[in-house]
Amino acid sequence: MKKKKFNIWPYILISPALLIVAFVVFYPIIEAIFMSFQNYDLRRPDKISFIGLKNYIEMFQDEIFWTAVKNTLIWVILGVGLQFIFGFILALLLNQQFKGRGIVRAVSLIPWATPGVLIGLMWKWIYDGNYGVLNDLLMKLNIIDQPIMFLSQTSTAFSSVIVTIIWQGIPFFAIMILAGLQSISHEMYEAADIDGATKLQKLFRITIPSLKNVIFITIILRIIWVSNSVDIIYSMTGGGPSYSTQTLSVYIFNKATVLDLGYSSGMALLLMFMLATVAIPYIRKSFKEGA
Amino acid sequence: MSKKSFANKCFTLYLPLGLILTFLIFPFYWTFVTSIKPEHELYGATVTYWPKDLTFASYQKLFGEFNFLLPMFNSLLVATITTVVTLTVSTSAAYAFTRFDFKGKRIFMSLFLTNNMFPNVLLLIPLFAIMRSVNLLYTPLSLVVAYATFTIPFSVWMLTGYLKDLPNSLEEAAMIDGANRVKAFFNVVLPVLMPSIIATGVYIFIQSWNEYTFAVLFTNEATRTIPVTLNNLIGQLGVQWDLLTAGGIITIIPVCVLFFFAQKQLIEGLTAGSVKG
Repeated sequence: MKKKKFNIWPYILISPALLIVAFVVFYPIIEAIFMSFQNYDLRRPDKISFIGLKNYIEMFQDEIFWTAVKNTLIWVILGVGLQFIFGFILALLLNQQFKGRGIVRAVSLIPWATPGVLIGLMWKWIYDGNYGVLNDLLMKLNIIDQPIMFLSQTSTAFSSVIVTIIWQGIPFFAIMILAGLQSISHEMYEAADIDGATKLQKLFRITIPSLKNVIFITIILRIIWVSNSVDIIYSMTGGGPSYSTQTLSVYIFNKATVLDLGYSSGMALLLMFMLATVAIPYIRKSFKEGA
Repeated sequence: MSKKSFANKCFTLYLPLGLILTFLIFPFYWTFVTSIKPEHELYGATVTYWPKDLTFASYQKLFGEFNFLLPMFNSLLVATITTVVTLTVSTSAAYAFTRFDFKGKRIFMSLFLTNNMFPNVLLLIPLFAIMRSVNLLYTPLSLVVAYATFTIPFSVWMLTGYLKDLPNSLEEAAMIDGANRVKAFFNVVLPVLMPSIIATGVYIFIQSWNEYTFAVLFTNEATRTIPVTLNNLIGQLGVQWDLLTAGGIITIIPVCVLFFFAQKQLIEGLTAGSVKG
């Protein structure tokens, strides 16, 4: 493989992808940095000018911003955490032998391939305060005696939205962990059986340590995707009522749709830095394994 | 494995699996049932779990009055072009990353890899301004360009993984027989790689078909894609749940068909990188 002679071919081969990415990713990011130092508001395009750190200072004094940061943390910790737990359970179940396993596995993945907007709308209808099926079920089971306005009161809106993101994320965790489970050799379990290990011991001593890598990468990918996701919350509540379901990306999106681009760019850059601290170990790790 | 009694298997397998599956599948069932209910049953005093009077009126209305074919066509157009463009440039880049050693390879690879962590909302804002200034806003092309931000990095990553598993000896043998590298690629590597390319393509297609945040800002009445249209069904005259759920069912049918088709390869590609090592 190692050739001393300069070879132009690899550069030619990567250049189309690289040029597109440079134009649609790197150039816009530089643009975003510039915009964040301007009062870039397309509702008043003639007044755009550099304003230094004003957007950032405003952010730190903006209560809605801090609510959004807090919501993002809850959203990611509860959302990804419970996706992981239920995804793990589903993977352990799907790893057992039973009839129709292939079809069950395929079907359980559908939520992952469903558009975010549609997921939001499907659940909005389930949660509906007047005609929603969840209220009907809970009333039939005598758990409640009055319908709950799940999405329009601050006490229940955020948890309802979190249940939805958990629903969406279980399949991805399940397939990743299932693939990990299937790569563990049977010999380890057989050896443990000979030594008289219990089921729980095998789970904590063999299964979980062998899955460390998959779990690590999947969690990081999900953290990035879940904190960036806009469509589910946006179509369910738009961030309300009174900002109780507004995460940082939804706040940024809401600001962008009213064309306050300078302020939203500033917040988006902060979000990127927060994600970078999570993602850097992932990138390091992929490099150790790859190339 | 020792024999398990049926009762035991109920508790360790069927019951928990049944509960999780019900949770995962019920929303789809409910969406479908809603789409075939007449209006008086949707907003009646009692909730019915299967329609008493089954009707496909909402589907007729969706394609008649609401011209759902237009957003379907727009989505298909955008997703197809995005898939073709992304696959072409990504396969070529992935081939370079796995078959050549060259200066700056690690830096270039990390450029693609870091892309996965940029928030969509970060790129959305400057891209909106850029599209406006180059007059691409509200055209399908603006969406193709926007979707490249996440489809290309992801596809390069997936295809690099697949290509790494193909032994080099494959094309070397062909090259010894006198084929040049280009010929060897098209005659030997490409046919073997095809299932993986198709799986990656399915992933890109689904992602573009499903995307909302870029689409809502980058399209107008004429170029609207399905997710935007679905969300717009809210608000015009309250929420028309029968239309909305019918639209939802229509939207996920192609996704499901594609997904079942490429499921096995796709899962292998997604998990290959993280399972090893």
